[in-house]
Amino acid sequence: MANTDIIIHDEKDNVGVVVIEKITPNQDCNCWIMENDSSVQIQSKNEIPLGHKIAMNDFKEGDTIIKYGNDIGKVVKAIKKGEHVHVHNVKTKKW
Amino acid sequence: MEIPKSFLGYKRENGRVGTRNHVVILPVDDISNACAEAVANNIKGTFAIPHAYGRLQFGADLELFFDTMIGTGKNPNVAACVVIGIEPKWTKKIVDAIATTGKPVEGFSIEGAGDIQTIMKASRKAQEFSQWASEKQREECPISDLWISVKCGESDTTSGMAANPAVGNLMDKLEPLGVHLCFGETSELTGAEKVCATRGATPEASEKFMKTWSDYNDFILKEATNDLSESQPTAGNIAGGLTTIEEKAFGNFQKIGSRKFIDVLTPAEEPKNGPGLYFMDTSSAAGECLTLQAAAGFNIHLFPTGQGNIIGNAIEPVVKLTGNPSTAINMKEHIDLDVSKILKREMNMDQAGDELIKTTVRAASGRLTCAEVLGHKEFIMTKLFRSA
Repeated sequence: MANTDIIIHDEKDNVGVVVIEKITPNQDCNCWIMENDSSVQIQSKNEIPLGHKIAMNDFKEGDTIIKYGNDIGKVVKAIKKGEHVHVHNVKTKKW
Repeated sequence: MEIPKSFLGYKRENGRVGTRNHVVILPVDDISNACAEAVANNIKGTFAIPHAYGRLQFGADLELFFDTMIGTGKNPNVAACVVIGIEPKWTKKIVDAIATTGKPVEGFSIEGAGDIQTIMKASRKAQEFSQWASEKQREECPISDLWISVKCGESDTTSGMAANPAVGNLMDKLEPLGVHLCFGETSELTGAEKVCATRGATPEASEKFMKTWSDYNDFILKEATNDLSESQPTAGNIAGGLTTIEEKAFGNFQKIGSRKFIDVLTPAEEPKNGPGLYFMDTSSAAGECLTLQAAAGFNIHLFPTGQGNIIGNAIEPVVKLTGNPSTAINMKEHIDLDVSKILKREMNMDQAGDELIKTTVRAASGRLTCAEVLGHKEFIMTKLFRSA
């Protein structure tokens, strides 16, 4: 089994979580989807630390981020596949 | 793994079982702390639980105060209890309610006697209780005598990936054995509230949950001076990669596994519908939440953390676990169980749940938890509104 760099909870999720100390720009990463025990690949665009999220596809402003198969917030600044997803480009829909 | 069927606990007069054998000196109010602490200093084998309130509270806030104090004294982890208050009436109210368990309890009031005379009288009683309790022995008790409360803190994305679902796995395995379970954190289920509501075992439980959540959320929105992004998620959560309250809530929610909750408890309310999972309406601040769960009678607590919350509790042993490999190394002295191998796929959830059951049973049977060894005895009153 190849080393897992990123874990994705649910196959519907459009973000993954970095589970190594950090990933560096242009790194080819192995992603493991927990729900169906499958694997996908992604190339990173930014440095992303442990526990932080990577975009699994392109997003435009207003798009919804899905994690655990559920809505966890809205995109407030366009995000490219492989970029860091966090408070600088995603916000809650609650307050 | 075969799940342990028993643990070693202290059988109490009312049939409940303690995982600890505390002799507590309980001050009724802020100004009785000094006296209670002096007694605990005099008499070895006892400790005081100082706190900030107990004066001029009224209405629902006063009722919650009494429920918290009485529930703390009644908890089976407490073998015996000395209660000290400034006035006799509220002191007696607390003593009488604790006495319904059948455990040794006695009250002292300071007014008209002064600290020194009260310390002397209360110390004599505390000595008697301490020596009496020291002869109690642990006995084999069925696993169903465990009342397990859970709450996570300083969460990050590893909480939702590893430590919280490990707790969920434990719940899935222990609930069928007749264990009482409790989760809370009303405000930190925000974003996942509709999904959480579907986990009510009955339509009534689901409705009660939604009403409880809505009331708390309305209160937060009424009092908020900004959009709350400064408070929820916290700076620690954000550093750990959590972006929104919704993401935090879905991670939080992993703690109950695939269980359904049979009822919704008010803060500090003792569950009365038998074994199973309960939701309690609590703040998401760890000290407040654990104090309420302990007051409801829970005798051991599981606390998953990501970035490294260090909370303990005055009477409930707190077992801490983390899925964050950095926290497991850098804050080793606080972590009872490291499940970070889940991230490397060197441990699966079934194994993590088994390890957590073993750790929990050992702690319940007497192994001191990290929080206990490090002296964490947090006891934080939930205050509903200003005193009169």
